[in-house]
Amino acid sequence: MIRGYRTHTLWLAFLLHRVSGVALALFLPAHFWVLSYALNKPESLDGFLNWADMGIVKLAEFGLVFLLAVHMFGGLRLMALEWLPWTSGQKTAAAGAVGLSTLLAGVFLLRAI
Amino acid sequence: MEDKQQMSVSVWRGGATGSFQSYSVKVEDNQTVLDVVAWIQQYADPTLSYRYACRVGMCGSCAMMVNGTPRWTCRTHVNKVLVDGKMEIAPLRNLPVIKDLATDMDPFFEKWVAAEGFHHPTQTRHDPIEPISPTSEDRVEANAGIECINCSVCYAACDTVAGNPDYLGPAALQRAWSVYNDSKDANKLAILDAVSGVGGCHNCHSQGSCTVHCPNELNPMAAIAGLKRETARNFFKRRK
Repeated sequence: MIRGYRTHTLWLAFLLHRVSGVALALFLPAHFWVLSYALNKPESLDGFLNWADMGIVKLAEFGLVFLLAVHMFGGLRLMALEWLPWTSGQKTAAAGAVGLSTLLAGVFLLRAI
Repeated sequence: MEDKQQMSVSVWRGGATGSFQSYSVKVEDNQTVLDVVAWIQQYADPTLSYRYACRVGMCGSCAMMVNGTPRWTCRTHVNKVLVDGKMEIAPLRNLPVIKDLATDMDPFFEKWVAAEGFHHPTQTRHDPIEPISPTSEDRVEANAGIECINCSVCYAACDTVAGNPDYLGPAALQRAWSVYNDSKDANKLAILDAVSGVGGCHNCHSQGSCTVHCPNELNPMAAIAGLKRETARNFFKRRK
């Protein structure tokens, strides 16, 4: 439960980093499983790619690209926080990671549809 | 119709197990949460236990959970936290409850010692006083954390402490960082060893609740990040 003391930018950035990390960990095995079709069952891969052309799947991919990007930028922010000299403006950096990830995922979606 | 002259205050009664009890308290101008608790104890229920001392934000005794958020109650105005004429007051999170609103602060202070957050002297009282430039880089870093009043608000706000009872917590680690940056401290290696163990600074997830809720606007998260850097640097140095 998100209690009062947790409703601030960096705690939400922590939550987003965890949720995106778990989601990507679940996604990757499925991703490699589908890729294995290229070697073993090319006709199944073609079928999957046709299915992936559906609008709703593209929208899901928008979410996927967002999660991937936000996990990368969020991770870079944390590494900078822990390894480089302290910089204030961590909230701005976390918000910037979300903004940049939305932009990237949006560009992906516009190119995909 | 809601009575604007009265507020409904739910106060935790009991120890680790217990329940909230509701009190009706008159709304006053310029009233703090501690004033409300004191009023209840003096006029409604003299068996209510709570802790306070200075009432001016210096001693760090009166911190409690107000509507689920840790706050120094003596400097928190009721009109800042009252929601629809209601307020909930509970003992500080992450600490054993002695009774009602009073928590056992021993684990909190024991962790200051465990983090080596105390002075390791370099000189005796017979040596001349060593001049320290207040603008030197180390002194500025040490000064950043010395206004801590040991209120345990950061400790109560920390989800890492909630998940790992061995974690030293933001206040103890910030103290260790201040002492580490004190040029008069003789045993910096002991500090780095103490803060890099199982419950040390590397447990911190940088959620930042400590920094958001610190009533003195200190930044324990930055101090812990500093300890992470120094422990890592020291680790690689030793490997050389």
